[in-house]
Amino acid sequence: MLESTNLSKSFGKLKALDNVSIRMEAGQAVSFIGPNGSGKTTFLKCLLGLVIPDSGGLTLNGKPILGNWDYRRHIGYMPQIGRYPDNMRVGQVFDMVKEIRRGTFSRLDDDLMQAFEVDKFAHKAMRTLSGGTRQKVSACLAFMFDPDVLILDEPTAGLDPVASEILKEKVLAEKAKGKIVLVTSHILSDLEELTTDVMYIIEGKVQFYQSIEQLKSRTGEDKLNRALARIMQGK
Amino acid sequence: MIRIVKYVLYDILQNRIVIGYTLFLFAVSFGLFNLSGDATKGLVSLLNVVLIVTPLVSIVFATIHFYNASEFIELLAAQPIRRSVIVWSEFIGLAVAMILSILLGLGIPVALFAAGATGLTLVIVAAGLSVAFVSIALLASILTRDKAKGIGVALLLWFYFALLYDALVLFLMFSFADYPLEKAMVAVIALNPIDLARVVVLLQMDISALMGYTGALFREFLGTGWGVGFAVIVLLLWVLVPIGVGVRVFRRKDL
Repeated sequence: MLESTNLSKSFGKLKALDNVSIRMEAGQAVSFIGPNGSGKTTFLKCLLGLVIPDSGGLTLNGKPILGNWDYRRHIGYMPQIGRYPDNMRVGQVFDMVKEIRRGTFSRLDDDLMQAFEVDKFAHKAMRTLSGGTRQKVSACLAFMFDPDVLILDEPTAGLDPVASEILKEKVLAEKAKGKIVLVTSHILSDLEELTTDVMYIIEGKVQFYQSIEQLKSRTGEDKLNRALARIMQGK
Repeated sequence: MIRIVKYVLYDILQNRIVIGYTLFLFAVSFGLFNLSGDATKGLVSLLNVVLIVTPLVSIVFATIHFYNASEFIELLAAQPIRRSVIVWSEFIGLAVAMILSILLGLGIPVALFAAGATGLTLVIVAAGLSVAFVSIALLASILTRDKAKGIGVALLLWFYFALLYDALVLFLMFSFADYPLEKAMVAVIALNPIDLARVVVLLQMDISALMGYTGALFREFLGTGWGVGFAVIVLLLWVLVPIGVGVRVFRRKDL
């Protein structure tokens, strides 16, 4: 279970997160939707400890996240823009992360590495990779250690259709195993396939947080994009 | 921590600048010893070069490396490791690389031409000075987000310690020439690692008499076992305080 209580963060005058309180249970997959710069990535970075919130609390399975580091063994993170050391080779990056996390995971999951055929570009230097190939590396790293929580920031942006399908199938499989999945994306059809709940956030404030089913029945629409459009017009 | 230091070192040692710097130190030391003919004269000339060059290269290289490693640091920060481990690993990696350069580039020629207590002091002091400037560089880069600004700050700090500080001290001495400043000078020297390094090596060379009354006072204060201990502790503080503060700041920094 992942819970945030009154989480707030400002960057100067900009309020990136404003009293965000949400709770996610195992097996739940949540979409984060909102305009650019609405605080989606900031929230995810708070979970990872990359950004330190000004106030409020975060817990994973009842244990506080803030000021801790060990909980990160339970998290797999796929960043929006994967940034890796330029002069390392793909294979070296995988070896390095494996070595750093040695002793913190019980099982290595190389399904995605096989599906993306990482072996074929393992010898290439990171700086020579295209955006999509980088995304593949990020995806493999996120799923590799069989984490309880998956944080995917724009996972399918930049991936080709085949890779995108492979990744989506993997997400669904992990969700079925009872993991918590957090996804941000602007591609609503992807989110509808992958997730069970929607959190809509504007200027750091949570507008609503409910299941896709509820959302559809509330608006009387059978597609997520139309249901959302309905709500946005209604405001 | 050792696992991460290994990758930091691997990254640094691939860098041609470190190899170039080592070769440069080697060539300069070799050249100066050959030119001056006399080991002591060679050491004095070398001291002046070392006091300018090693702080400059250490501070600029460490700063550039830290900014270029931002991807690496971001990747590590999302893994189950402490933030402080990341900074300490960067620091140790850089320090080891700089010490290796000094040992190879400076240590070998000194061992060949001027083996002895003074030569050894010069090498140790140069290594300590490099590590102190790596520490200062990391603090400055952690506090400054922008790369261009960070490198500017690094250059300014070097300029201040290597050149400006002495001018300020001279000005101070000139203005207060009527007062007994000798004791205060010891404290003033401790506030600049480069001056501290210079005084320690000069005292070893036994030419402190050239520095007048103040030199005699240094000799009295720093020349004894206690004095050397004092110098070592102050230099150690110059190594540990900046990086210690840097680690504290980095633990609360948004990446």
